[in-house]
Amino acid sequence: MAHVSELISQDIGAFLDSHRTKDLLRFITCGSVDDGKSTLIGRLLYESKMLFQDQLEALEADSKRVGTQGGDLDFALLVDGLTAEREQGITIDVAYRFFSTDRRKFIVADTPGHEQYTRNMVTGASTADLAVILVDARKGLLTQTRRHSFLVSLIGIRHVVLAVNKMDLVGHDEAVFRRIEADYRAFAEPLGFHDITAIPLSALRGDNVTEPSLSMAWHRGPTLMGHLETVALSGQAGEGPFRLPVQWVNRPDLDFRGFAGTVAAGAVRVGDAVRVAPSGKESRVARIVTHDGDLPSARAGQAVTLTLTDEIDVGRGDVLCGPVAAPMVADELEATLVWMAEEPLAANRPYLLKIGTRTVTATVTGFRHRVDVNTLERQPATMLALNEIGDATLSLSQEIAADPYAANRETGGFILIDRISNETVGAGLVRSGRRSADVRWQSLDVGRAARAALKGQKPAILWFTGLSGAGKSTIANLVEKRLHALGRHTMLLDGDNVRHGLCRDLGFSAADRAENIRRVAETARLMADAGLIVLASCISPFRADRAMAREVAGANAFLEVFVDTDLETAEARDVKGLYAKARRGELRDFTGVDSPYERPERPELRIETRFLTPEAAAEAIVARLDRDGLLTGGVLTDGAAI
Amino acid sequence: METRVLDDIALADGLRDRTLEGRLTHLQRLEAESIHIMREVVAEAENPVMLYSIGKDSSVMLHLALKAFYPAPPPFPLLHIASGWDFRAMIEHRDRMVERHGLRLLVEHNDEAAARGVNPFDTPTPEYTRQMLVEALKAGLTRHGFDAAFGGGRRDEEKSRAKERVFSFRNAQHRWDPKRQRPELWNLYNSRIAKGESIRVFPLSNWTELDIWQYIQQERIPLVPLYFAAERPVVERDGTILMVDDDRMRLLPGETPELRRVRFRTLGCYPLSGAVESAADTVPSIIQEMLQSTASERQGRVIDRDATASMEKKKLEGYF
Ligand SMILES: Nc1nc2c(ncn2[C@@H]2O[C@H](COP(=O)(O)OP(=O)(O)O)[C@@H](O)[C@H]2O)c(=O)[nH]1
Repeated sequence: MAHVSELISQDIGAFLDSHRTKDLLRFITCGSVDDGKSTLIGRLLYESKMLFQDQLEALEADSKRVGTQGGDLDFALLVDGLTAEREQGITIDVAYRFFSTDRRKFIVADTPGHEQYTRNMVTGASTADLAVILVDARKGLLTQTRRHSFLVSLIGIRHVVLAVNKMDLVGHDEAVFRRIEADYRAFAEPLGFHDITAIPLSALRGDNVTEPSLSMAWHRGPTLMGHLETVALSGQAGEGPFRLPVQWVNRPDLDFRGFAGTVAAGAVRVGDAVRVAPSGKESRVARIVTHDGDLPSARAGQAVTLTLTDEIDVGRGDVLCGPVAAPMVADELEATLVWMAEEPLAANRPYLLKIGTRTVTATVTGFRHRVDVNTLERQPATMLALNEIGDATLSLSQEIAADPYAANRETGGFILIDRISNETVGAGLVRSGRRSADVRWQSLDVGRAARAALKGQKPAILWFTGLSGAGKSTIANLVEKRLHALGRHTMLLDGDNVRHGLCRDLGFSAADRAENIRRVAETARLMADAGLIVLASCISPFRADRAMAREVAGANAFLEVFVDTDLETAEARDVKGLYAKARRGELRDFTGVDSPYERPERPELRIETRFLTPEAAAEAIVARLDRDGLLTGGVLTDGAAI
Repeated sequence: METRVLDDIALADGLRDRTLEGRLTHLQRLEAESIHIMREVVAEAENPVMLYSIGKDSSVMLHLALKAFYPAPPPFPLLHIASGWDFRAMIEHRDRMVERHGLRLLVEHNDEAAARGVNPFDTPTPEYTRQMLVEALKAGLTRHGFDAAFGGGRRDEEKSRAKERVFSFRNAQHRWDPKRQRPELWNLYNSRIAKGESIRVFPLSNWTELDIWQYIQQERIPLVPLYFAAERPVVERDGTILMVDDDRMRLLPGETPELRRVRFRTLGCYPLSGAVESAADTVPSIIQEMLQSTASERQGRVIDRDATASMEKKKLEGYF
């Protein structure tokens, strides 16, 4: 290291001792372009003396070559890998940097992305204890400052440093600093931070970064580094009642059954009574097992393995907690969502929701509002686009244990995962939850199987998807005629027809299309449960919607029939004159023209209309039904009696 | 060598600060985070593996795995990509650890390339690396159908690694697609993949080199003796000190091995690993030298100095 501290060379033992007990502070830096964020982080790295000589030499050389400081050290170069990153097209920009002093180790989440600011900031902030919000002294508070502060408070960071940078460019004027500080405190009042520390800085010159500034002797507060090293992190994760989301059940042999996980909050001692959520079963802690020997107790942040005194059912996804102050058990959540995907979040589409160590299926059943991150104004919403934030109600496939995010980040924060692409598409903060147990299924005595048996057939849903004009309705119609002739009970749901009644209130936006498909799918399901073979013919251009229709079908056989006609052919046919209208701009969101069609990846049947006449296609479909045993009579064996 | 390390560490004993007051120390937090990551992978992946390069980072990773699943052994095998030119002391250490902890070890070697004569002397280094490390790694992962592989990479190693995710996605060709990397919030990792895809998982992402050494000291983690200074037969070539580890080492005219007190900062193929002259034969003295040193860790690796074999390129190709 370049600046060899005396201690390292003279007494390495003492140096290591002082480093042994230091703790860890994770923070995020937020600022607009050119506020001096890179310069500041670079200087913190430099001044914490964590650079090697070769890195310093590279910095000196780069500073001469491309630096903006006329040959002086340009600290921004230490952290600027941005150009290369841009070229690589990385869409999520959160870089992590490390430095340490003998009091603390620091991990800085640096989020330089401009376009994707919300997504990046929320990601970087999710693991941070503190935020450094940069303001250019010449500019004062900007819209961005407000946006960053809102996101920081949303994600639950309680400690804020207002770093008023470039003080050298305003003559180190105390009045400028005081005015910005006062503005900020007034603005941030409703955001509920635990503490705000304002520091006048020059990142470039190093004033008040680690050394108190001579030019700003009027500043009585700490330097930035001084503050970061000493700030007390009260009100942080880890306080509150005991929580341990079970990650993995450790069963090396029949005599040992341990529940491995990281304590998310509180503490636990051997002998403590514990409850399992959601099941509610109770037991006591027998041992707290670690490789270094058993512990008498464990607390938030420790990764341990618990054994219990009773053989009760506990698995991955359960949360161990105390007998009082247990988490809520819910299959309906009110949550704030941050949407991170290009494709908007629409109601009624199923996603995977991962909270703690549990993954369930979740759908948004309604939106409460969207928040404009610049004005903090609430607006009505029917969907959330990329980087939008809003409150919504989610319905889950199973009950989960959760806490309000405000009480515990780790048991109250979740991610949403697309079921087809497997991408992480959103983040959520639990506000409240409830059990939908009051809305019970009425169990019926005459079941699906009984109804079908009386008709001597097996119910099924044939889902026809394809472009407008692909030939879906023609083929579906022929299939129904053939089935009818074979004595099968059928029903055809036509996408155009349902829009006159069942779905009269819906348009063609992605959200409305999703709802349209949901209604057709639910109707098809009811009819299949009634024992019918149902043919549904809808463009249904989005994979996620078709996946949802399959889900809704439940125990019924579901065959996705992809009527594959290329756009030119479909458009040339233009039976209903819709393509022409769409091309003239009279129809918006028309599939194939200004709205995409996502081809099915694994349909049960693909009909290439280039090669098959409608009659031959219908024949092929009926043959497939026969092959699948769906045309023979007889009793359903799956026993599903809904 | 190992006992010396242990003795030395005993001096700085009383290290384990396991009291319940106060916040966890930074090493306790890093350890817990790594264990959490490993347990998530084991719970969610179908067929995980740990890439074991026998170096200090791998040694820390193995130690963490022993902790994470205790009293069970790590529920995955170790995969060593053997170039055939590893230091002998590495292989001895590897076998010792495998035996001591009852581990399952898989060794992957590119026999075909070796038979074709690919070797560290005649083959240009980037090509040698690609064939003996990259291709062998891909072959090993594919052969065993691993869907998750732990690697010892750290974000502080290079500027370009600063944004690497803990869970890094690879397509069916083991390629890293920068556009498909996922945001990682809180301690929630999304490990879902389609068939044929895989993930590389870096449990040491948030550790720095200093953390690694401090942890080795605190936990008394056994290392390959080559990390500690000792008299070794070496030759100096273009300013790089190379160890003559066996009689396959090709000496240039005029070169005669001489004994010098050296140690290695990184380990790999002996004809490509540069040693440093040093007297540091204990962990604290290594930390001391490291903190005073004038070159950051990777400079010792001939591989990295080769401009064409940058980290990014290797990552795109499926190396770590
Ligand atoms: N005068 C002055 N210039 C600064 C200061 N901090 C940063 N700058 C300059 O502002 C410009 C943008 O800084 P940079 O760190 O790249 O900003 P970033 O976009 O926020 O990372 C550079 O030309 C810096 O040298 C400061 O305290 N005083």
